[in-house]
Amino acid sequence: MLKKLKILTLLFLAILTLPVQATTTAESRGLEISRKADSKDTGFKDSTAHLTMELKNKQGQTSLRHLRVKSLEVEADGDKSLSIFDKPADVKGTAFLTFSHSKEADEQWLYLPALKRVKRISSKNKSGPFMGSEFAYEDIASQELDKYTYKYIRDETINGIDCFVIERYPSYENSGYTRQQVWVNKQEYRPEKIVFYDRKDSLLKTLNYSNYKQYEGQFWRADKMHMENHQTGKSTLLSWFDYKFKTGLSDSDFNRSSLKRAK
Amino acid sequence: MKKHLLTLVLICCSNNLYSMEWSGNLSVQSRLFFDEPLAVNSQQHDQYLSVAARPELYHSWDDDTQSITFTPFVRLDQHDKERSHTDIHELAWQRVFDHWELKIGISKVYWGVTESQHLVDVINQTDLVENTDGEDKLGQPMIRASTEQDWGLLDVYLLPFFRERSFAGIEGRPRAYPVVDTDLVQYESSDEERHIDYALRWLQAFDELELALSYFNGTSREPLLTPTIYNGSTVLLPYYPLMTQYGLAAQATLGNWLWKLETIHRQWLNENYNATTTGFEYTLVGLMESSADLGIITEYLYDNREQQASSFLENDIMVGLRLALNDAQSTEALLGFIVDLDTDETIISLEASRRLGDNWKLELELRSFHHLDNNSLLSSLKQDDMLQIDLACYF
Repeated sequence: MLKKLKILTLLFLAILTLPVQATTTAESRGLEISRKADSKDTGFKDSTAHLTMELKNKQGQTSLRHLRVKSLEVEADGDKSLSIFDKPADVKGTAFLTFSHSKEADEQWLYLPALKRVKRISSKNKSGPFMGSEFAYEDIASQELDKYTYKYIRDETINGIDCFVIERYPSYENSGYTRQQVWVNKQEYRPEKIVFYDRKDSLLKTLNYSNYKQYEGQFWRADKMHMENHQTGKSTLLSWFDYKFKTGLSDSDFNRSSLKRAK
Repeated sequence: MKKHLLTLVLICCSNNLYSMEWSGNLSVQSRLFFDEPLAVNSQQHDQYLSVAARPELYHSWDDDTQSITFTPFVRLDQHDKERSHTDIHELAWQRVFDHWELKIGISKVYWGVTESQHLVDVINQTDLVENTDGEDKLGQPMIRASTEQDWGLLDVYLLPFFRERSFAGIEGRPRAYPVVDTDLVQYESSDEERHIDYALRWLQAFDELELALSYFNGTSREPLLTPTIYNGSTVLLPYYPLMTQYGLAAQATLGNWLWKLETIHRQWLNENYNATTTGFEYTLVGLMESSADLGIITEYLYDNREQQASSFLENDIMVGLRLALNDAQSTEALLGFIVDLDTDETIISLEASRRLGDNWKLELELRSFHHLDNNSLLSSLKQDDMLQIDLACYF
């Protein structure tokens, strides 16, 4: 009798968990792909790079920004980064310090050299544009595994590259997105394309990665990142160059003092 | 010290010309006044044209751990001889060590957090001829040692030379009535401008709260103005007393809310007083589905000397709106009203700026004064509603 009941219970449980099991599979697969991509980029320690941002409006008029970006890998948390503007000339010396966190809200400070002022930026502005570009603050912050939940969607080949298509859902507050679809290169586990959906779940932006280069025999970095806003017709092209890894940066290169003396 | 730095700059120029970085701006400015000047037969004008230059030379070496910055400033004004002035905003050598840094030379620092005034910010002298809002500062000679540790950021300042506040001349506008005669300057200290001041500041962040405690001992940057007869006419004589000031600045960043506080305790002229500015800025992020942000600012300004205060901001409310379009041209505007709760005196100020192309920037400032009482410290500004247009080219 007892045995029978046990079998019945098991059977019952099995039936109950069956549909759940199926969704968990898509979710755990999505997470697994993302975890692998994340671990492939672990160990870069620190990096420096130059960056140009070309902003293009609907009419095709362009304006250019020049930046330098320093990053520091932080174990078991988000990375630290310092971005310093060289152009446009009126904002030269303006610097952004970001402490990304995997679970808590990111912390950001802005230094305005003309006023000698350090401003703490509210984490509420995550969805706001970074320096007038089509990249939001949340797009340029380091993409930590814990910032999203994931779901595997399908396999697809784009531009001759075999990709996993996964969907990720921001688990942090104040995101401007309901979801993002990411095309992950099956071979190298690097993103090839991201499609962003706004808070109303309408198509908002597409980000294409190209001209990938491998550094230190491990870390893939795209030289070109092109973000197109489908709702406004504007676009931004990031061109990265002069990447250097393991340059010996430390915590003291990413504090209030270093923010103020950034030139 | 100045001489040595200059020599150092020259050496750098000759040896490493290739690695020097030049930047800065040239600007042309027009000031327009809508009303007749306060005094009859005044030597003031309705329109002022001026040009300014602020080049910056930067050189670093030793893997960026050492650097020299040189930022001279010059303005030439069509009418006002006092507003035509030069200054060195920065001429300093900086050395960075692992967790501390040293700066020797002329430099600027900023200590404030609030919007309407900066009670705690007392290192640099105000360049009042540049702007009446007190936001423009003169370079201050200093030796500064800073260290940033787990327990916070500590700055220690030695300030060996005092800078006098700049005041508009007889033809200048806006200006005080009667005019301030800076040649008659007097100090409490017998060392006059060579009195050595010192200051300390400690800053620490506790999650969303940032707290700064400061201490200043030396000659007050704020002068007292006393009417005096000189050469048969009445002028204002600036007097700089010695002071000790304790300051507290705090800012809490809680979501859309920024809570701000600046409070000081000052001992000078055989009196003690306290003054406080406190309030908030609430930001509507992504206003109406756009990428623009709108900030709503409210601050309360209090000085316990009340009507006897040397400042006109003794029981006032500031309300303001800050708009940032977050566009490619970095379009921004700040509209502010400061209202005296006792007298209804009102200052209205609008500041707006926008980048034109990649190298030009247009700035606009509008100031208007209302309900000014004849006995008020501001009464000389009664007729000085002003529009200022500034066009700058950055290189």
